[in-house]
Amino acid sequence: MRKRSRWLWVCALVAYAFLYLPLIIVVVYSFNDSRLNAEWVGFTLDWYRKLFANDEMLLAAGNSLFIALVASVVSTILGTMAGMAMHRYRLRLLPILVLTPIAIPEILMGVSLLIFFVMLNFTLGLVSVALAHISFCIGFVAIVVRARLSGMDETLVEAARDCGASPLQAFAHVTLPLIMPGVIAGALMAFTLSIDDFVITFFTAGAGTVTLPLQIYSMIKIAVTPEVNAVSTLLMLLTLLLIVIASKVSPSLLRSD
Amino acid sequence: MPARKESRWGKWLVSGPPLLYLIVFFAMPALIMVLASFRTPGEFGGLAPLRDENGQLDLNLESYARFFGDALYAQIFLKSFWYALLTTLICLVLAYPLAALIAKSDRKHRDLLLLLVILPFWSNFLIRVYAWMIILGPNAALARSLNALLGVFGQEPVSLLFSSFAVLVCLVYVHLPFMVLPLYANLEKHDQALLDAAQDLGANAWQRFWRITFPLSLPGVYAGSALVFIPAFGIFAIPDILGGPNDSLIGNVIKQQFLETRDWPFGSVLSIVLTVCALAIAGLAAWVGRRGAGRLAA
Repeated sequence: MRKRSRWLWVCALVAYAFLYLPLIIVVVYSFNDSRLNAEWVGFTLDWYRKLFANDEMLLAAGNSLFIALVASVVSTILGTMAGMAMHRYRLRLLPILVLTPIAIPEILMGVSLLIFFVMLNFTLGLVSVALAHISFCIGFVAIVVRARLSGMDETLVEAARDCGASPLQAFAHVTLPLIMPGVIAGALMAFTLSIDDFVITFFTAGAGTVTLPLQIYSMIKIAVTPEVNAVSTLLMLLTLLLIVIASKVSPSLLRSD
Repeated sequence: MPARKESRWGKWLVSGPPLLYLIVFFAMPALIMVLASFRTPGEFGGLAPLRDENGQLDLNLESYARFFGDALYAQIFLKSFWYALLTTLICLVLAYPLAALIAKSDRKHRDLLLLLVILPFWSNFLIRVYAWMIILGPNAALARSLNALLGVFGQEPVSLLFSSFAVLVCLVYVHLPFMVLPLYANLEKHDQALLDAAQDLGANAWQRFWRITFPLSLPGVYAGSALVFIPAFGIFAIPDILGGPNDSLIGNVIKQQFLETRDWPFGSVLSIVLTVCALAIAGLAAWVGRRGAGRLAA
């Protein structure tokens, strides 16, 4: 028995090393005083300085933040509604439409939205990317909110209604405060998914609009440069921060049960 | 509980807006893509007008004929299938001990161990691909020591980057968490008493695993396999960045049809075939999983 669990630990350690070494290398080389990303030469913050002097990169970051903000706000509202509807009513179409975007390969949504926008003569750019992001974020928010609702005591809403609260009042004063952790966690999730999305953005952004992942893509298609390491490190920090906040407001999001 | 009168209104008020949004920005684009697959490619890319100069609807099966008439595309689908299948199997082998360990550990460590699996998944996808560009790069320690070793045996140096190997390693890397989570969720529910009973009856560790743990974990295996296989099947960024000229998968061909060749009808056909394959495999995994669960319960 003990021998077996030691063997498990070795396997697990290898798996964790496999998961983390690549990311650690990216971070470490962002402080490396060499263009090559091949061996450690010395500590420097030059790549970060270069990053903040790179106008294209700053523009891309601004675009990404704008899209992620719009997409997370709208998808949180719609996703919360979808999660509530799926929890409360027996629906056929909505669950399919909410869950399919998550289940199919991303590229399919990317190309179908590309055809859609172009056929409607809709200019590809920030707005089309945000609209696309909203439609894949709704599902993730809906799942988190529905999970939160299924742990909620329904009789509380009934009690509020019996005491004369209108459906809207019952929602605003009872349901919403109770599911708030789920809603916030869903919003942070949507924000992260949006700011990280590459595939769907790639197809719906058009030629003139650049987001951080698109900028990273065009940089690494040309060459490996430590500037990419620097922007990657910052992006990872941002994601980590959002996850920490999400897990603080909604501990069950990262719980094993 | 008396049904309240406004509940019918409420149903539409709550489900209406997200339903409308998803119909407009998900279902309609999908249907338009299906329609586009029957249309004629435009002279300068995109789509030719829906009605030709005589006002006739210009819908045809030419793009489908082209797809089924050219073995090249079947080959690319088959290649994508093999890459995805291999990715799924490697993920399964790597994820199983990890999921088993997390399921066995006590509650205090469990959350942390699980979080450590999920965390890399939340870092940007491109960053994770880029990391492998560094690790497998020609100047990096790995490639240099491998080529030094090959040199000792008088072999030609190899390039790790821009190869099928790079594509496969990265596919496994990116999808591993998708396999660990459902496996863990399943293994965590196993009853230790079954294993103890088997041990008392003289089963060794290997027998206990193959005859109890593994069959019971099959629903988790199927769920994880579907979660890994489907996105891996449609991937385009990883072969695009890490692959060589022979590593074009179906995702790359779709991207090429939409953005470079700009033959939208044909790109739509490829996308539809990809969707049908992905959904069929997901359906199969769900069906097999349910059947397996039913048999075990009986």
